[in-house]
Amino acid sequence: MAEAIDWDWIGRHGDDIAAATLAHLELVGAGVGLAVAVAVPVALAVRNRPIGATVASGTATVLYTIPSLALFAFLIPVFGIGKTPAILGLAVYALGVLIRNTVTGLRGVPAPVLEAARGMGLSRRQVLYRVELPLAVPAILTGIRLATIETVAIATIAVFVAGGGLGELILTNGIERNLFVTPIVAGTVIAVCMALTLDLLLVGVQRIVTPWSRRIATRPDEAHG
Amino acid sequence: MSGLPTAAADVGLRDVTKRYDAGSPRPAVDALTLEIPAGEVCVLVGPSGCGKTTALKMINRLIEPTSGTITIDGRDARALAPAQLRRRIGYVIQQVGLLPHLTIAANVATVPKLLGWERQRISARVAEMLDLVGLPADEYGGRYPSELSGGQQQRIGLARALAADPPLMLMDEPFSAVDPITRDRLQNDFLKLQRTVAKTIVFVTHDIDEAVKMADRIAVMRDGRLVQYATPAELLANPVDAFVADFVGADRALKRLSLMHVSDLALTPAPSVTASDHVEVVHSRLGGGDLEPIDGYLLLTDAEGHPQGWVTVSRLNAGGRVGDTAALAAQPLLQPQTTARDALSQMLDAGARCAAVVDVNGVVAGVVEIATIARVAHPEPMEVSVG
Repeated sequence: MAEAIDWDWIGRHGDDIAAATLAHLELVGAGVGLAVAVAVPVALAVRNRPIGATVASGTATVLYTIPSLALFAFLIPVFGIGKTPAILGLAVYALGVLIRNTVTGLRGVPAPVLEAARGMGLSRRQVLYRVELPLAVPAILTGIRLATIETVAIATIAVFVAGGGLGELILTNGIERNLFVTPIVAGTVIAVCMALTLDLLLVGVQRIVTPWSRRIATRPDEAHG
Repeated sequence: MSGLPTAAADVGLRDVTKRYDAGSPRPAVDALTLEIPAGEVCVLVGPSGCGKTTALKMINRLIEPTSGTITIDGRDARALAPAQLRRRIGYVIQQVGLLPHLTIAANVATVPKLLGWERQRISARVAEMLDLVGLPADEYGGRYPSELSGGQQQRIGLARALAADPPLMLMDEPFSAVDPITRDRLQNDFLKLQRTVAKTIVFVTHDIDEAVKMADRIAVMRDGRLVQYATPAELLANPVDAFVADFVGADRALKRLSLMHVSDLALTPAPSVTASDHVEVVHSRLGGGDLEPIDGYLLLTDAEGHPQGWVTVSRLNAGGRVGDTAALAAQPLLQPQTTARDALSQMLDAGARCAAVVDVNGVVAGVVEIATIARVAHPEPMEVSVG
């Protein structure tokens, strides 16, 4: 394989590779960001409504099962081609896992904690912002991690709607040029590294913003209670 | 209640009814009327489903009554928005419900923060509260709830409820989720605390022993209704019906004894003699009615009056001294603050029909007889009608 790589091509196209990588990051960031912006309010709206929650995550699952190429194709008549349909398509894919994780996180807040919070005189809004959302953060971040890894891979397809990104290396420079291997391998390696790096970063974020879950409970002996 | 840091509030429930479901045959709470005087611990007790927790939660409006009025210090609880009202009422629940993502200090600071206290006042108050419950801020303030034991968490729950110095505290089975030893310690610490803070406390439990221990007044509930509202002693002495009698248990006489202390009992003067007393002198004192043996026994003490043992009158050697005769051990020795129940238990344990009571210096103050305890366990003389 190593002999099949045209290192010279890589050397000459450094700027293009960097641009494609940045464009890819932009697609992933915007797609996941948009999905979070939609999923969190939806999850908040349906968290106490079993039917609503089923409908919301069911819809998101159905959207998820649409073949990705077809989904991007459906977006073209409405949004044309370019970054906009690409980001929208990616957001649709990320929605399902984010809604499900956020609802799970919100529902996982222990009932006694909510009762104590209300009993102390927190308003509904204060309970939401000071108790429910902070406690759902680990689950939401887990959803973001899963959505991010997935989106890094799917975003290579955005090239079909001229969305740019690493797909350009793989398709335009590789597949369409008589299966020129070098850009295909470069695009793949960068995508994999990007997914792993973003995942590590998000794990770091998770640890920083949830200090309470980091400390492993070293429960003192009950008799000291 | 003058001279205390904050006034305690009196609480009144008038004809309070809660019907969860309009179609259900009986309300969860049915026309409950209860006056709780300021500074008292009122325990709502009854079997599960009797409406005690619903009654409690209507006071801070976590549950809204269907009808009736609840007043706190004469003011209708509906005069304030629910959140505003709750900030003025301490709330402690069985599962504690500490906010797991906040440190212990931040948890305790919750209500003062909601009330807009200044930062310095809050941190001073938090330190004071944590000291009060025996978990000093230096050591525990920065920890998270999951790092504490169940008993410690409930102490923090208590500190948090007390932080804004509310005149009223609601406690829903606060000590039920911990092991018996921790529970006993929490109860004792809580009672000690209550003697200094003197809040009005409404306390829910299903455990009659806990109710008897904690309460100034006990409200026994059944099927949403108040069956009896009385002091623990009254309740144990005169249960209004078979249900209450059954609920307080077959051992209610023993429970009554646990409410009394040796200092409350009528002591018999101790028939004290010392080892150096001449038997003749003892006999002449016995003859003169100056010395009244108990069950044929005299209490042997040293010169300072510390009990040494019991000697039998009939075994005293004529011509000798009291000390020549072997004495039975002076067991048990009772303190004035020993409960009558513990006193009885110790006497049964030692096989003794009487026991010496000593003061703080160990000097004999009198003698408790089992018959005296038996008499107080049953408040009214048993009358047997003949013919």
